[in-house]
Parts: sequence; structure tokens; C-alpha cells
Amino acid sequence: MSEHEYTPASKFGKWFNDRLPLLTLASHLTDYPTPKNLNYWWTFGGILTFCLITQIVTGLTLAMHYIAHADMAFESVEHIMRDVNYGWLIRYIHSNGASMFFLAVYIHIFRSLFYGSYKSPREIIWIIGIIIYLLMMAAAFMGYVLPWGQMSFWGATVITNLFSAIPLVGEGIVTWLWGGYSVDNPTLTRFFTLHYLIPFLILGLVVLHIWALHVPGNNNPVGIDVKKPSKDTVPFHPYIVIKDAFALLMFMIVFAFFIFYSPNILGHADNYIEANPMVTPAHIVPEWYLLPFYAILRSVPDKLLGVIAMLSAILILAALPWLDTSKIRSAVFRPLYKQFYWILVVDVLILGYMGAMPAEGLYLLIARVATAYYFLHFLVVLPVLGFKEKTLPVPLSITEPVLGGTPSLAAAKQKESFEK
Amino acid sequence: MSDKKPERREFLFTASYAVGAVGLGAVVWPLVDQMNPDASVKALASTEVDVSSVKPGNTITVLWRGKPVFIRRRTQEEITEAKSVKMEDLKHPEKDEDRAKDPEWLVMLGVCTHLGCVPLNDKGDYDGWFCPCHGSHYDTSGRIRKGPAPLNMEVPKYEFVNANTIKIG
Repeated sequence: MSEHEYTPASKFGKWFNDRLPLLTLASHLTDYPTPKNLNYWWTFGGILTFCLITQIVTGLTLAMHYIAHADMAFESVEHIMRDVNYGWLIRYIHSNGASMFFLAVYIHIFRSLFYGSYKSPREIIWIIGIIIYLLMMAAAFMGYVLPWGQMSFWGATVITNLFSAIPLVGEGIVTWLWGGYSVDNPTLTRFFTLHYLIPFLILGLVVLHIWALHVPGNNNPVGIDVKKPSKDTVPFHPYIVIKDAFALLMFMIVFAFFIFYSPNILGHADNYIEANPMVTPAHIVPEWYLLPFYAILRSVPDKLLGVIAMLSAILILAALPWLDTSKIRSAVFRPLYKQFYWILVVDVLILGYMGAMPAEGLYLLIARVATAYYFLHFLVVLPVLGFKEKTLPVPLSITEPVLGGTPSLAAAKQKESFEK
Repeated sequence: MSDKKPERREFLFTASYAVGAVGLGAVVWPLVDQMNPDASVKALASTEVDVSSVKPGNTITVLWRGKPVFIRRRTQEEITEAKSVKMEDLKHPEKDEDRAKDPEWLVMLGVCTHLGCVPLNDKGDYDGWFCPCHGSHYDTSGRIRKGPAPLNMEVPKYEFVNANTIKIG
């Protein structure tokens, strides 16, 4: 793993490291050569690690007071809010923490999209990331069911019913997921179990995600390969550590704002009404972070095709390294891609807004156009762009655009052609 | 190599894999099947409802297997409206006679066949039910007429035990 041999200074350290090379690992992590031009969009990996740990710690403490039973779950959550010491704080950190986790992961994903971080040789890092994202959605969905409010119950009903779209075995699968003929106590207890399990699966995948990252090293805003270690890199500690810490502090200010000043703004008032299988709330909406996919689901008039479209919208991301045919990674040197990138960002935001609106009239029409464009971006625009786009000259090294240094081959050629 | 006869060792490998696969399946199946409805859930399979107080034009909702069941005493206009619909206008063609054996009483699961929400009474474009979740419209026979739901609302197994009591399940 490490580029250099590490020998612990102390005798005990050497004895221990010969038997379990933890110190070698620690030395690799601190010395890990990092491109020196990383901007603040690269700090979200650290922020996401913080989010995961926050969710695990607050989740463990909530589980000490929560009761996973259809008759008691709702009351036990109110008990946490009113009676348990600092229960309100821990629960608000946990519930808003889910939103902050998704906020960070969306920035992290869109950073990858802009700088082409998913391209060779980083495909595996990207795919592990997509799996983590899927698991996050599963964990968030099941966590939202646990308070057993109206939105919990009906959200669970709608999402589990997605499986009933599968021909032949669909109904059987839904009954199996429920452990009954409707969402009820057996559903709640298994969701609690899985909600408890998934964060640890994510933790394991995060280790693989970082391991896979440390093989080729970080991508960077210029998107070129970096010789490491070299003048183009700095050691992870202290340079990146202090930068990540600063970004994390900024992030925590936003986080704290939600916890202390508007802890319920991202939730739904309906979830403070206990689950009632006889009445569906007038307007069912998932949490904000699932809205774009919900809009895609609703914009297709057929049940099975709607479910397929929604799942494809997520899974298509896993194929991205092969759909994007351009050899140039960073959008900085791709004038056309840069424009399409921002159109995609706007498109996803529009989908998110439409997901929160009722599925009728103009809203539905806009959602359909936005859904079509979403797929068009990945299936047509990206593959074609790689062949058609005239990219800008890419510098030979990170240092070059700043210090002059060695001129890039492409730039030299361009200059030549102008002189002719 | 390829025209060589299979050896005893290869037979042993194949046999070991086969036995191993069966053993693995035998262990995995209980772990999967434990999630299916258990005996206590299955035991709640039927419920009896007194409908003597339901007036024409009214619907009562009862809980059966954790799901709402609509029991509607239909008015004459509603029955006429349901019977007059042409089969070719239906997404899921079913005759009203087949759905309501006694035309005055419509008994069906109050569960939208799209994604399982409870549709609202006396709403929608067809004087029947309207699902607020994703906008499916049902007619006075509970048949899907407009929106994403693929099927009519399901009619469960039920019978009149006597003039005033319906047994569902």
C-alpha cells in the first residue's frame, strides 16, 4: 500500500508492527500524497465520514430508549423527546443528521460528475460509492418508518408496494416483506433490525471506498494523473487534515442551525400523528432527498414502467464510467460538457421540486420533460459528447498553469498552428 | 484432456458441491421463510361486520387483516351508473354484476392497486373513489378509470351470514 518502507522508532513499536502492521497503515494514511490543488469540494469525503459516525453514535443511544412495537413506537419516540435526558437533542441530531448526510453525499456525487472522478482508473471507487448511496437510501427510508407516524406508515406502504409491480411474484414478495397482509408490527420490527444493520455495512464499504481511492490516489480539479509523491502533492497530514477540519466546522454550523433553530423544517407535520391504517394523509411526500426519484416514478403513467424508470435512474449512475466516452476528466477543459453538467444539475433540482408537488396538470408535464432529459443526458448526451466535443488543452502538470513551468504538448501544438 | 473419461475424483467433487448446495438451501430457507406471515397473523383471517345501520349512499370502513375494507350500500343511481359502463372503456374489464353479487352492496379492499394508499370516498371524476397519493380515479363499482393504478380495487371473499351480517375472509 505505502510507497515507502516504514520503520517504527521505538523497539516496542517495531515488535508490534512486525506482528500487526497498524503503524505502517497509520503512516500510510498520514503521509498519503494528495494533489495540492484540491479545492473545498474535495472536503466532503471527510464530512461524510463525520456524518456516518454521528448517525451511528446518536442511533445507538436512541436505540437504548426506543421500542420497536406498533403499539409503543410512537409513544416511545415522544418519551425520548420529553423525558429522556437530552433525548430531544439526540433525536434532532439523528433526524436532521440524515438530511445533512444526503446534502453532503449529493455535493460529493456532483463533484465527481463535474471533475470526472468516476473515470478510469477510479471506476470501482465510484461503483462502491453508488452502493453506499443505495444503502443510505434504504437506511433513511427504514429509519423514517420507526417513529410510526402517519408519514412513516404510508411511506412504508407506498415504497414496499413498489415491489408489487414485479409480474407474478410481486404480491408474494410484498407479503414477505411485510410479514403479513399490510404494514404492521412484523414490518416495524424487521425494519428496525435492518436500520440498525445497514450503517455498519456502509462503514465496511467506506473502508473499501477509501482503500480503492488510495490505490490510484485522488483525482483533482485539473483531472490529470499526478506523479506521487512529487512537487504536485502534499502529505495528507497536516495539509488536508486541517483543510478538512475547517470545512467540517463550516458544515457543522449549518448542521447546528437546523438542530437548534428549525429541527422540524425538513420533516412533515403529519408524522406527529400516530400511524392509522384506515386513513391516508391527503398528500404523501417522501423526504426531500428522495424527491427527484419520486418525481420520476410518478411521471410514468404505467405502474411497472414507473418503478423500472425510478430504479434505472439510480442504477444508470453505476454505468457512468462507460457511458461517458470522453478521455478528459475535468469539466474545466470540456466547454460543452460543462454546460450540460449545469443543465443536469438544474434538471435534478426541477425533478426534486416536482416530486414535492401534486402529480397533475403542468407539474406532471414538467416532471415528464425533466425525466426524459435526465435519461437523455446519460444515454445520449454523454456518449456522443466524448466523440464530438472539442476539448481545451490540458496542462502537463498541476504546477504548470500556476508557475508556467513546462508548456503542455497540446498548447505548444496549438500555438504552432496559429503561427502558421 | 477433453476426451478423457471423467475420473472418480471429479465425480466426488461434483457430488460434494451438490450435497453442499442442498445443505446450504436447507439452512437458508428457514431464514427466509421466517419473514412470511406467521401463525398469529394468519389466524386473524376472517372478520364479521354488522351492516344493519348502513343507509343507502353510505360507506363504512372496517379493518380486515390490517387493511381497510369498504362496505358501500349503493344508491339506485350508482348501480345504474356502474352497470351502464361499456367494457371497452375499462382498463381492467370486469362486469359490475361480478363485483357486487347483491348490487346494493359493494364490498372491496379500500386499497389503491397502485401503491396501496386508501382512496377517498365520493371523490374523483367517476363519482366513486379518488386516491390522493398518485391520482387514480375509481368508479361506483370500484373499477379503475383514470390514473396509474393497473387494476380495479380487489373484491375479497365475503358472504352474508344473515341479512345484517357480512363475513369477510
